[in-house]
Amino acid sequence: MIELREVTMRYPVRGGHRTVLNRITFRIERGEKIGFLGKNGAGKSTLVRLIGGGEAPTSGTIIRGMSVSWPIAFGGAFQGQLTGLDNLKFICRVYGKSIEDKIPFVEDFAELGRYFREPVGTYSSGMQARLAFAISMAVEFDCYLIDEVMTVGDRRFSEKCREELMVKRADRSLIAVSHHEDQIRNTCTHLGVLVQGVLHRFDNLDEGYDFYHRHASE
Amino acid sequence: MTLHTRSSAETNKTTCSLWESFRIQCRVIWALMMREMITMFGRHGLGFAWIFVMPMILTAGITFAWSLRGVSEGGADISIAAFALTGYSTLILYRNMPGACGSAVKMNVSLLYHRHVRVLDLFLARIILQISAITFSLVTLTILFSWIGFMSPPIDPLKALNGWIATAFFGIGMGFFIGSIATKYEWVDHLWHPFSYILGGIAGAALLMESVPTKFRNMLLWFPLVHGSECLRDGYFGNKFTPYYDLSYEYIFSFGLIFLGLLQIKTIKGYTETYH
Repeated sequence: MIELREVTMRYPVRGGHRTVLNRITFRIERGEKIGFLGKNGAGKSTLVRLIGGGEAPTSGTIIRGMSVSWPIAFGGAFQGQLTGLDNLKFICRVYGKSIEDKIPFVEDFAELGRYFREPVGTYSSGMQARLAFAISMAVEFDCYLIDEVMTVGDRRFSEKCREELMVKRADRSLIAVSHHEDQIRNTCTHLGVLVQGVLHRFDNLDEGYDFYHRHASE
Repeated sequence: MTLHTRSSAETNKTTCSLWESFRIQCRVIWALMMREMITMFGRHGLGFAWIFVMPMILTAGITFAWSLRGVSEGGADISIAAFALTGYSTLILYRNMPGACGSAVKMNVSLLYHRHVRVLDLFLARIILQISAITFSLVTLTILFSWIGFMSPPIDPLKALNGWIATAFFGIGMGFFIGSIATKYEWVDHLWHPFSYILGGIAGAALLMESVPTKFRNMLLWFPLVHGSECLRDGYFGNKFTPYYDLSYEYIFSFGLIFLGLLQIKTIKGYTETYH
């Protein structure tokens, strides 16, 4: 279970503050799959970051009753001079996991061949995305966060990722942000729609999308 | 493959015990240090050996230049090598810290996506790396210079260590304080570079307190760095000059800076520019 109680997030802007999230109270149960909708700048990524714990809210409480991943397949933390293996080692050290038994899985899943031991700076963007996804799967979590990246590599590889996340880990919770309606409909069972800093929960996807389209311009 | 095993250590952060938090922090700092060693110096050629070699070359160069000039500050007896080595090591031990800390967040902001990685960890990893590298360089050069006869070995290594630790704490204080402010306001970093040289020059690195007039000396002793530097030199060649220092003053100053720095670090938000 993850619970948000009266969570508010304000950012300083020129001449004052902007309230991105306004007293959000929300609960995510174990195994629930929730998609967050909202127009650009509505605060979806901020919300994901708060749930992941990368940032603290201005006020309010976030209770994490289960382990939460970092945003899946997030490659921004890769540094050009580090190899794929270095990046895996870093993640394993941070999360206190043994490195040795993760190497075969990541090496195999990312399909990088000898590039796994070459600096990430020499990778194509597709290779980086594959590595990022494979490393995300190296540490097990109860709840996975997905921020806008579900198209990793070609169709075949996307299918492989889907299998790994949605089938093998079907019992886990999922929090996804995406502008692609079909992706959300394929993966999520509930919706959270962000309108003007307030999060509206829908247990029915059609109702949620209907609400979202009606308020998209606000 | 360990697919369906649940991670037990990854439970609710708010219920983490103090000991558990400490263990996680050590783990994270270690991971960051391993990472920084590669990202700072690459993995080709000397790789992260540069972290030791760089200060060694600088110290050796300055010692050589001063030897050519042939004048020593504190009297004919004091080896120029010992004087330059202690002075320059002290100088970089404190002046490298704010720069290292000031750019820590900018270079690593994406790592804050991992809940266990905090701004303080980014600072500490860089500080520990710097202190280790510069200490290693000082020790290696001391052994090397003593061995080839450039200088006599330190007469009181424990006293030298005492002064060195005091300087290191001052460096941590400066790293926390200036580094955290420079993270928020970039111009602080630009100002720091010229200032650090001026301060380092007059406040310890290039002078023995003995050689300045009393009135001027009493002013200089307000600079914390002087005390650690004098104590270090007391340990190296204290029989050749009259040292002036009070380490407790430097410690009080340093802990004050560390405290203020910690308050600043708490307010650093890595994402203010990148939110959506």
